[in-house]
Amino acid sequence: MSILIFAELKEGKATKAALEAASYASKAAADLGGEVIAVTAGHIEGDAGLGAYGVTRVFNASDANTSDSGQLSKAVVAAAQESGASIIVMAHDHAGKLVASRVSVKLNAGIVAGAIALPTNTEGFIVKKSVFSGKAMAHVEIKTAHKVITITPNSFGLHTNDKGTAEVTALSADLGQSKVTVREFKPTSTDGSIPLPEADLVISAGRGMKGPENWGMIEELASEFGAATACSRPVSDIGWRPHHEHVGQTGIAIRPNLYIAIGISGAIQHLAGVNGSKVIVVVNKDPEAPFFKAADYGIVGDAFDVVPKLTEAVKRFNAG
Amino acid sequence: MNILVCISKAPDTTSKIAFTDQNTRFDTNGIQFIVNPYDEWYALVRGIELKEQNGGSVTIIAVDEADSDPVIRKAIAIGADKAVRIDARPTDPSFVAQQIAAYAADKNFDMILCGKETINYNGGVVGGMIAEHLDLPYISLATNLDMEGSKAVITREVKGGSEVLEVDGPFVLSASKGLAEQRIPNMRGIMAARTKPLDVVSAAEAADATTVRSYELPPEKGDCKMVDPEHPEELVRLLHEEAKVI
Ligand SMILES: Cc1cc2nc3c(=O)[nH]c(=O)nc-3n(C[C@H](O)[C@H](O)[C@H](O)COP(=O)(O)OP(=O)(O)OC[C@H]3O[C@@H](n4cnc5c(N)ncnc54)[C@H](O)[C@@H]3O)c2cc1C
Ligand SMILES: Nc1ncnc2c1ncn2[C@@H]1O[C@H](COP(=O)(O)O)[C@@H](O)[C@H]1O
Repeated sequence: MSILIFAELKEGKATKAALEAASYASKAAADLGGEVIAVTAGHIEGDAGLGAYGVTRVFNASDANTSDSGQLSKAVVAAAQESGASIIVMAHDHAGKLVASRVSVKLNAGIVAGAIALPTNTEGFIVKKSVFSGKAMAHVEIKTAHKVITITPNSFGLHTNDKGTAEVTALSADLGQSKVTVREFKPTSTDGSIPLPEADLVISAGRGMKGPENWGMIEELASEFGAATACSRPVSDIGWRPHHEHVGQTGIAIRPNLYIAIGISGAIQHLAGVNGSKVIVVVNKDPEAPFFKAADYGIVGDAFDVVPKLTEAVKRFNAG
Repeated sequence: MNILVCISKAPDTTSKIAFTDQNTRFDTNGIQFIVNPYDEWYALVRGIELKEQNGGSVTIIAVDEADSDPVIRKAIAIGADKAVRIDARPTDPSFVAQQIAAYAADKNFDMILCGKETINYNGGVVGGMIAEHLDLPYISLATNLDMEGSKAVITREVKGGSEVLEVDGPFVLSASKGLAEQRIPNMRGIMAARTKPLDVVSAAEAADATTVRSYELPPEKGDCKMVDPEHPEELVRLLHEEAKVI
């Protein structure tokens, strides 16, 4: 059973989430038998870095409008037909969800959106996904011949593979007329920082920080750790931090290796978006804060004391 | 302007999640259901605002069983004109999308608005599937939607930033935070909702493409290890040597 991945490109290279999809597909293909083929769109540099993650062939649709999910999904379906792949894998991120939903209709394929583990194929084709905003997991059977899986960023990790480089060919398919026009793109940050859902380390702060003017110390700590920053919902609601940093049940769900929550109480709606994190550290001045129950490590103390000290400690650690 | 808004019911965000029948069924005992927040706060409210500005009507659609009627009435109270419930258990996103697409196919909606995702299934895929069935453009994670004549100008979240798009003609959209401000229904809305039509339509023939075989709760966290606030370097050591995350 060959597996096709849709790999999103940024400046010609596969995104981290796309490489994770490749890693996942390689492992699944090793279990199920078959090879991993990728479909990409737009400008590609070499094999986009996909060969090192187990992809053997890449079909690139260089002329596709990468903002048009209609065109992208046509490219994916054409590549699925060309390669005979029956399992289609992509990242459960902005582009992946968009494309996967359309592809599943075109191929009459059942979908598991937001998988967190490899498929098992002993009693039906079953994929585990996170449900109820991280409060539970479901084992979902896909009953159709074609199958679509989107994988939650950071749930599988990157695994290189010594297959070498992938062979790249142009995808010949009629993608039709594009129905959307892009007026502009506004980057959220110009410093090339990692998108929150893909970050391995996340420093998050809440209302305990008292005001936006105190976020300097949070950013400094994040920069020492090489971490992305996040916040609780009230903090983004009152405009102390941008909306895209809001994590939780009604914000974004993340699962970094390390989540450090500073001055956040740990309400159930907040936990729902972060409890997939591998390790949780809580800094809170209230020893009764509910967040400590969900944490691996805790410091009871005033953030205004602890954070600068912690930053110094990380600095010393980084210096070796 | 003829607007269709897709809503689903979801357990209240404070709900403790549990399962019955050997972990094969969600235990609804003691669960309060609400309108899925993204559908209500953003998709529905923006739909109503556009109707208020441009005229037309807002229809709510839900694929669900009769027990969801009170939740649908609550959504109508925010200011929709009518609601349609497709009478079926929504167990699979492909099935749900087929039902909504079949209903919308001959009704000439100018736009179909969905939420970013349901907070129980968390798929974020039903909107894209509806778009594909109807061969319409699909714009996900929209944070702004304005009409300029017949053209819709939409800002949406993409990796690393946001993008402003133009779409001419009907489209499907999924709503993210920012698209509108949450509205609390007033007494007049609640009274009016009682008499507005809630049509029940039987489901079109379609099979589920997926089934949930079982559920599982995440493993309980062990005890939280406390570190002295005067010695945060101990935390750094633990993260490096014990947790191995840095
Ligand atoms: C429908 C719904 C959806 C929601 N969705 C989300 C969501 O997605 N994400 C989310 O985050 N919330 C969400 N919420 C809100 C949630 O219920 C909480 O209100 C919110 O998470 C609290 O944010 P907070 O912890 O920053 O603030 P608070 O609850 O005010 O907690 C502040 C914490 O900081 C501590 N503190 C104060 N000063 C200091 C100091 N100097 N040093 C150290 N610690 C200090 C306090 O002890 C306290 O624990 C939702 C609520 C509802 C009703
Ligand atoms: N049963 C349903 N009835 C009507 N609309 C739904 C239903 N399920 C999902 N939707 C819509 O599709 C969006 C995405 O759902 P999902 O793919 O389940 O995350 C939701 O925010 C709703 O707008």
